Amino acid sequence: MQFDSNQLIPVLPEIYILSLACLVLVIDLFIKQENRIVTYGITQIGLLLAVAITVAVGQPQTQIIFDGSYIRDPMSDVLKVGIFVVSFLAFLYAKDYLRDRDLFKGEFYTLGLFAVLGMIIMVSANSFLTIYLGLELLALSMYALVAFNRDSQDGAEAAMKYFVLGALASGILLYGISMVYGMTGTIRFDELGGAIQKVGLDNVVLVFGLVFIVIGLSFKLGAVPFHMWVPDVYHGAPTAVTLFLGSAPKIAAFALAMRMLVDGMEPLVGQGGWQGWQGMLIVLAVLSMAIGNLIAIAQTNIKRMLAYSTISHVGFILLGILAGTKEGYTAAMFYTLVYALMSAGGFGIVIALSRRGFEAENLDDYKGLNQRNPWFAGMMLLLMFSMAGVPPTVGFFAKLFVLDAVVSVDLTWVALVGVFFSIIGAFYYIRIIKLMYFDKPSDESPLSMGVDTQVVLSLNGLSMLYLGLFPAGLLSICHTAIGG
Amino acid sequence: MENIYLLIVLAPLVGAILAGFLGGSLGRKGAHWVTSTGVGISAVLSLYVLKRFMFDDQEVFNGAVYTWMVSDGLHMEVGFLVDQLTAVMISVVTFVSFCVHIYTIGYMADDEHNWPKTSLAGKNSYQRFFSYISLFTFSMLMLVMANNFMQLFFGWEAVGLVSYLLIGFWSVRPTAIFANLKAFLVNRVGDFGFILGIAAVAMYFNSLDYHEVFAMAPSLADTQIQIWGDSSWSLMSLIGILLFIGAMGKSAQVPLHVWLPDSMEGPTPISALIHAATMVTAGIFMVARMSPLYELSETALTFVLVIGATTAFFTGLIGIVQNDIKRVVAYSTLSQLGYMMVALGVSAYAAGIFHLMTHAFFKALLFLAAGSVIIGMHHDQDIRNMGGVKKYMPITYWTSLVGSLALIGFPGFSGFFSKDAIIEAVHHSNIAGAGYAYVLVVAGVFVTALYSFRMFFLVFHGEGPRDEHAKAHLHESPKVVTIPLILLAIPSVIIGYMTIDAMLFGDWFKGVLYVLPEHDTLAAVQGMVHSSNGMLAHTYASVPFYLAMGGLFVAWYIYMKNPEIADKIKTMAAPLHTLLDKKYWFDEAYQFVFAGGSRLLGKFLWLAGDRGVIDGLAVNGSAFSVGWLAGIIRHLQSGYLYHYAIAMILGLTLMLGWFVFA
Repeated sequence: MQFDSNQLIPVLPEIYILSLACLVLVIDLFIKQENRIVTYGITQIGLLLAVAITVAVGQPQTQIIFDGSYIRDPMSDVLKVGIFVVSFLAFLYAKDYLRDRDLFKGEFYTLGLFAVLGMIIMVSANSFLTIYLGLELLALSMYALVAFNRDSQDGAEAAMKYFVLGALASGILLYGISMVYGMTGTIRFDELGGAIQKVGLDNVVLVFGLVFIVIGLSFKLGAVPFHMWVPDVYHGAPTAVTLFLGSAPKIAAFALAMRMLVDGMEPLVGQGGWQGWQGMLIVLAVLSMAIGNLIAIAQTNIKRMLAYSTISHVGFILLGILAGTKEGYTAAMFYTLVYALMSAGGFGIVIALSRRGFEAENLDDYKGLNQRNPWFAGMMLLLMFSMAGVPPTVGFFAKLFVLDAVVSVDLTWVALVGVFFSIIGAFYYIRIIKLMYFDKPSDESPLSMGVDTQVVLSLNGLSMLYLGLFPAGLLSICHTAIGG
Repeated sequence: MENIYLLIVLAPLVGAILAGFLGGSLGRKGAHWVTSTGVGISAVLSLYVLKRFMFDDQEVFNGAVYTWMVSDGLHMEVGFLVDQLTAVMISVVTFVSFCVHIYTIGYMADDEHNWPKTSLAGKNSYQRFFSYISLFTFSMLMLVMANNFMQLFFGWEAVGLVSYLLIGFWSVRPTAIFANLKAFLVNRVGDFGFILGIAAVAMYFNSLDYHEVFAMAPSLADTQIQIWGDSSWSLMSLIGILLFIGAMGKSAQVPLHVWLPDSMEGPTPISALIHAATMVTAGIFMVARMSPLYELSETALTFVLVIGATTAFFTGLIGIVQNDIKRVVAYSTLSQLGYMMVALGVSAYAAGIFHLMTHAFFKALLFLAAGSVIIGMHHDQDIRNMGGVKKYMPITYWTSLVGSLALIGFPGFSGFFSKDAIIEAVHHSNIAGAGYAYVLVVAGVFVTALYSFRMFFLVFHGEGPRDEHAKAHLHESPKVVTIPLILLAIPSVIIGYMTIDAMLFGDWFKGVLYVLPEHDTLAAVQGMVHSSNGMLAHTYASVPFYLAMGGLFVAWYIYMKNPEIADKIKTMAAPLHTLLDKKYWFDEAYQFVFAGGSRLLGKFLWLAGDRGVIDGLAVNGSAFSVGWLAGIIRHLQSGYLYHYAIAMILGLTLMLGWFVFA
């Protein structure tokens, strides 16, 4: 193994986040509970610096280092910046929530930073081994975070379910990886494609392995029928953790799919037939959109509702990937980034509405929000419209690009299914808007939140409108990142 | 120069936004200052641009400023095309608009009296009005400066929207609400044709950019397309006629003219703005801009010509029997727009634009003068109640005289050159319908003179006003009203003589307006009269001159000298009078057929379609079944860990079974 110190430069963001996590861990030991804000401050400033570092080491060329286990390309740069920004938002919204409930502890940030580290490793992985390490780092941090409120029975139950099912999924994924390795003799994504061609596309063991890998992947994404953990975990975890869990890791999961299926096993796409991963993703996407949207309607708890909404959005992201074209990947990436922002904003509002002893989890808690606080009712309106895909919010364009990509590979029927279930899905988003604007409030107390939350949440909401009016900027970033 | 062009467009927009959103805190004075300054800046810069084009060989600017989106190779962008045609249009628009802004300060000074005490809409109405007229100017500038169909359409619709807001400005008056709804709906009909035309362009040219489309047009000149069945249509005729239907709505051509007279319900300044510089001229401008397309289809040209001639003559006739001072002017606008369309129909695009320009000045003048009289008469608009106003309002009187003489085409005044050029161009044209048009436009000259001076004499001369109270309070309007009148009177006299040699007989529009050699009627006119002085010298030999003088004389004789004749004619030709008084029953017919018909259809669709099928079956039915389904499926989520694990294993097995062994 050749070691060259130049190789450390592309990997700086990872090194930096690791150091940051250790720093936070150590400093936190010496900080009194009333000064816990320092831990928070270091974390947040650290994340912003991470963005700067990522941008600084970013460049148009692709760099593959450490004997092919690590890759730095424009896609990884963009996704890392996305992860940092969304994590920043999540920590910011979470702060007041944690403080009100005596959960304002340094461990939250240490675990959070390790999760971020896991995510960016997944984003930059170029071999099955690296990607699996990143995945497990993320998952272990998340299991702990879900159980962060140790006195909560719901939280413990959710964490237990998440852990057991997650272990099962990891096992399935590893099993698939081992089969693919057995047939091809490599775990590097940049070599895998050629090796697969050599073995032959119709090799049964290879397809066997592919099925296992796709299933491991769909568990992480939360695609039907491997979605069962999503509602229970979203519901059981403290809202602040749900917020984090529901936003940034989606970007990492997208990277997981892109690295394994596209970078590694693109020859197995099975364009136009049912042999390759395109067919598998069609099944998963259609089921996710159907089940996600349908069950969301029956929910009365907004966290569960948003969980099912996540499942349906995952269906849409899969639509973009399964197109198997640059256009499709670009659309899926656009969708993922936009979704992470929407999700952060949506849960941000849930947190903003809650206070100590009141979780604002029920849909009825949103009644008459417009009379209590018209500005944030307006932000929620933008977020909900964006999730439903109503123009001119960005959610519309995200859906449009994905559908366009699917139609252009002659899978019009899949696009039609997507549109059909989006219409059904629009119902439960718009129901929230109806509750906010047309119903009498059952609770008249004013919203209390810090100035920082107010400003950032407003920017988050307005970004839905801004990106919707000017989608070209983000789209061209995604376009460059995919290299189309 | 690009920055200057941007500034021309944006200055009125900024004014409109400030006055509109911050009207309350700016106050009345602040509002009229920001808007007038904005439009003033545009006007000065427009004149500068015009000057550059006239003397300094300014290069034509054609470029995109902002790309909104690209869809399937179709660029949708904001872009400007500034050439000689645009330079003329922006100068006219901003100059007239500026005069209107200043005039409005006087006209709307006590707008509070027009609102009921309790009306919330009456709050800050003054500021709102200024915001609207600036926005109107902005929309019109976007329209005329566009370099692509997309932006043209934006300007087109924005003008329609703001005119709706302005016509119904006094929103507590039922008549105003009726009028603005009517204007909006009638324009919808036109716009429907217009957008179909643009769609046809986008479909066959796969571009929305003027230059690309015009460059491709000759190669598609002979394209025939099938719309339904086996009937085949010439693509160019289809595009020409569809676009022209849009122009018929905006420029109020028969049969879509019905909204324009009703638009008098708005305050007078906007009548002047709509009728002179903005909105109604959009159609004329659009057809002239599209000359490379229209030249390729004689069918479309004939269509334009016949509609224009019909409008010119028959709406002029209605003007003779109107008694509301503003309506007389409104019908004269319709008639003059007809003249402009006729010019376009015979490929004398330059003459059409030339008449548009001269007309903008004298029509704005006539409207503002009428408004001045209305202020003097305390908002009584019936000319039968007026008379002898000359004595009390000398400035208004003299400027009105100038405007009327320009309108009837008195030799030397601006209207003379533009109208005569049109009539001569029709005379030299050989496309189908030219004979019909020639008869109507020549007869129209007599009608124009008759209704113009009927109004003029009834208002300013003779005995009156009838009401003693009104008489006692009658006096000249304040300076903010009279100064715009004088400002407009000057170009009404001289602009024709000054510019005709360049615009019609020179090469001002060379490379901008496109005319096929066999259609070039203006060249034929030039061959006969050579120049402006030649035209003046030819006056004695021209029929229109004698007809105009005849009309003036008849008006004087009937309404001043011998008023009984008017009544006698009225009883003798009672059916004709009724026909004109009822405006050929267009309103009644539309009201019954279209308004009534759509209400009937709407009611049917509401009962059968909406309540029965959509509400009953589709919405409630599907909502019920989706809700039911959701209720069932949610039980899959049992909460037991082993159920979840089983589901995963089952999913795995099924996937394996399907993909590996199928």
